[in-house]
Amino acid sequence: MKLEAVQRILNCQVITGHDKLDEEVGVGCGADLMSDVLAFIKPNALLLTGLTNVQSVRTAEIAEVKAIVYVRGKLPDKEAIDLAKEKGIVLLWTSLPMYESCGRLHECGLAGGSELEEGLRDAKRATLLATL
Amino acid sequence: MPSEPLFWQRFDICGRDFVDAGKASISIKGILREIGIHPSLIRRAAIASYEAEMNVVLYARKGTMELRVTPKDIRVMVDDEGPGISDIELAMREGYSTASDEIREMGFGAGMGLSNIKKNADDFIIRSLVGKGTTLEITFRL
Repeated sequence: MKLEAVQRILNCQVITGHDKLDEEVGVGCGADLMSDVLAFIKPNALLLTGLTNVQSVRTAEIAEVKAIVYVRGKLPDKEAIDLAKEKGIVLLWTSLPMYESCGRLHECGLAGGSELEEGLRDAKRATLLATL
Repeated sequence: MPSEPLFWQRFDICGRDFVDAGKASISIKGILREIGIHPSLIRRAAIASYEAEMNVVLYARKGTMELRVTPKDIRVMVDDEGPGISDIELAMREGYSTASDEIREMGFGAGMGLSNIKKNADDFIIRSLVGKGTTLEITFRL
């Protein structure tokens, strides 16, 4: 999913990385605890988080996260923004809460980490959801 | 006999220094990239180093992190002066954490750190002495 689609779906403001919105993310991950991010996230991911300090961006740099969406209308602090500019990580923010943000992106086809691991395709995911 | 290191660097880590927390691991990642290590191995080494570095920042007074690259492996050794771990088996369990609310507010203390280091490493040795500190030896085979 292109970052410009993420921006549109979540009605995001762009904090930094306006020039990278045509780039793609392959998987989504929503978490506020960075150790959970490090344990579960896949490369080339979109991270959705409510953690706004510089550790959110350091974790992103370590785990090769392409872009971060700060949810619940939270804005990252200056150190986080400066580091993201330096490392080329796109930062977005939305007023939507975590659950809705993740839900909307998943509904539009952005896979989660376990789906990537299991090699599930959209059609199979839709079939699974229909059986619930 | 251990191989001669091709590269060696030591980083000092300061306990409770949340401003610089993680910088050593980001440096390690940059060094491994420059050496030309495979990206998936860099990612594993960076994640394990970062978890280890954050443990020192969050729980210890101070510590050091040493990176050694030989033709055979990448080794990250962490040595801290801190409270130590009384029950290593319990500390290795996913979800188990002794983190304070302050640590959780920083975004850490999920109880995934040590198990995540082990998961990413090819070999992981942990030794700890209560009241003295903890040492980690994390190895990634090339």
